[in-house]
Amino acid sequence: MGLVEQGKIPKPLTWLMNYSRKYSLWMYQWGLACCAIEMGAALASPRYDMMRLGVIPFPASPRQADLIVVSGTLTDKMAPALKRLYEQMPDPKYVISMGSCANCGGPYWDSYSVTKGVDQIIPVDVYIPGCPPRPEALLQGVVLLQERIQNEEMGPRWRGEPIIVGQPGAHDHLPETAVAVSSA
Amino acid sequence: MAVTEQQQQAFIGKHLAEAQVAVELQDEDMVLNIGPQHPATHGTLRVVVKLDGERVVAADPVIGYMHRGYEKLTEYRSYPQVTTLINRIDWLSSFANEVPFIHAGEQIMGIEAPPRAVYIRTVLTELSRIATFLLFLGEMGAQVGAITPVFYGFRDREYVLNLIEAATGGRFHPNFNRIGGLKDDVPAGWIAETRRMMDKVFESCDTFENLLEGNEIFLARTKGIGIIPGDVGKGYGVSGSNLRASGVDWDLRRDAPYLAYPEVDFKVWTHPGGDSWSRYWVRLQETREAARIVVDLLDRLPSGPVMAKVPRIIKVPPGESWVRVENPLGEMGYYVVSKGATGPFRVKIRSASFSNVSILPWLLKGVYVPDLITILASLYFILGDIDR
Repeated sequence: MGLVEQGKIPKPLTWLMNYSRKYSLWMYQWGLACCAIEMGAALASPRYDMMRLGVIPFPASPRQADLIVVSGTLTDKMAPALKRLYEQMPDPKYVISMGSCANCGGPYWDSYSVTKGVDQIIPVDVYIPGCPPRPEALLQGVVLLQERIQNEEMGPRWRGEPIIVGQPGAHDHLPETAVAVSSA
Repeated sequence: MAVTEQQQQAFIGKHLAEAQVAVELQDEDMVLNIGPQHPATHGTLRVVVKLDGERVVAADPVIGYMHRGYEKLTEYRSYPQVTTLINRIDWLSSFANEVPFIHAGEQIMGIEAPPRAVYIRTVLTELSRIATFLLFLGEMGAQVGAITPVFYGFRDREYVLNLIEAATGGRFHPNFNRIGGLKDDVPAGWIAETRRMMDKVFESCDTFENLLEGNEIFLARTKGIGIIPGDVGKGYGVSGSNLRASGVDWDLRRDAPYLAYPEVDFKVWTHPGGDSWSRYWVRLQETREAARIVVDLLDRLPSGPVMAKVPRIIKVPPGESWVRVENPLGEMGYYVVSKGATGPFRVKIRSASFSNVSILPWLLKGVYVPDLITILASLYFILGDIDR
């Protein structure tokens, strides 16, 4: 796949590969708090049934996952574990931050033990607001991520170029579809 | 048959060789780290176990991965804001969390909620109990290896969540209690809908009974596993259904009545077994009992206002109050100290799961690793409730 890494892959083939990637997202569930239950409802309940979007929620380890959904409050004690497991995931990898706590600390914005936002540690592709967001919001987040994957240049992602968090210009090679789900 | 010396020597030699192998194979105990991210731990509990082969020699729960500093945060919030926070302690039964704190505030202020508010509070508490236990029944199946109950659990839980959402506006975190009553009355048609849904809850309980109770694998994995004797459980501060499954007849709803429970006739279910299966069985019966309580209360729902007369800005006079209630996970209590400000001076939270998991080092000694998962599932803790 040398061509992919050099970014010399023809457009129709890029489209095809992105198309197949976006409908086979292996999702690693990083369920932390309340949002984990809503994520479980989105995955396991027949009312929402996330698997119809092509999301496979049971990879045995992060080494097999494409997507990590951080749902819930990330504490400072837990943060090193999240970083470590994120680094174990193979490129290309995506992150959905679900819920206010994962986005910015949420109701614990002034707590001494809560990490105010997972984007301090790992790069986030889609933010889902809500406390907790409804399962529908998670579904919309996944759909937005799929749109983003469809329009992606494959080269940089494939090379696994390091994304430095918080540095301006770090996300320049990514398309402009990185948007948050509109608040309900 | 006489044994010749040669045979004797051969016998001893063979066994010596085997003994030698056994000594060589004997290794130091293996340390296995379960969690902090493991589906069986319902969040972020980490259990460090020392294994001898497949058997647990020692287990040490490491908590604090979900510590959000509640007791400190409450000192910086006003009373209505604290209600928003404490919803999220035990996130499966949020409404039940609010009630003891609001009671503590009302006790210090000397306000009593109107009877209709008290009844609706009781109904919503029992609804959140049903939602919690339905998820438990599904999860319990999942931890044993059956995936189907999870789907049923989530499906049936939606019925109850819809009711809570219709009444309070929130699926998960209602934030519906106010000091002196409730934010609103229940919407039109809600009572009839609740009755209809309670029938579905009864059906759902029957489904779980059919799915799991006759299942040989389920019985083999849960019967006689993880036995908590009543005395030991009491000694460790285990409460709620876990204690009742050990044969201790103790339920704060009956023994220290609050809300509208004195006016309801309900049975406190106990089971003498103390094992994982008894804990499952007691929760199944309590789900039914909760649905019965809801139907019973709805029949006698008094009319009137849902909010007592309270000042617009709530200032609680100086005082202290300790309120404990029977939450779905066990005994939950708040010790509220007020110094006359708009927010509490100090809140001590006694949450059920913290005491329930404190028995783990005692309970997990000598069990097999797969049983460990079953025991963790049957104890049914919520990480927010442990770490706060």
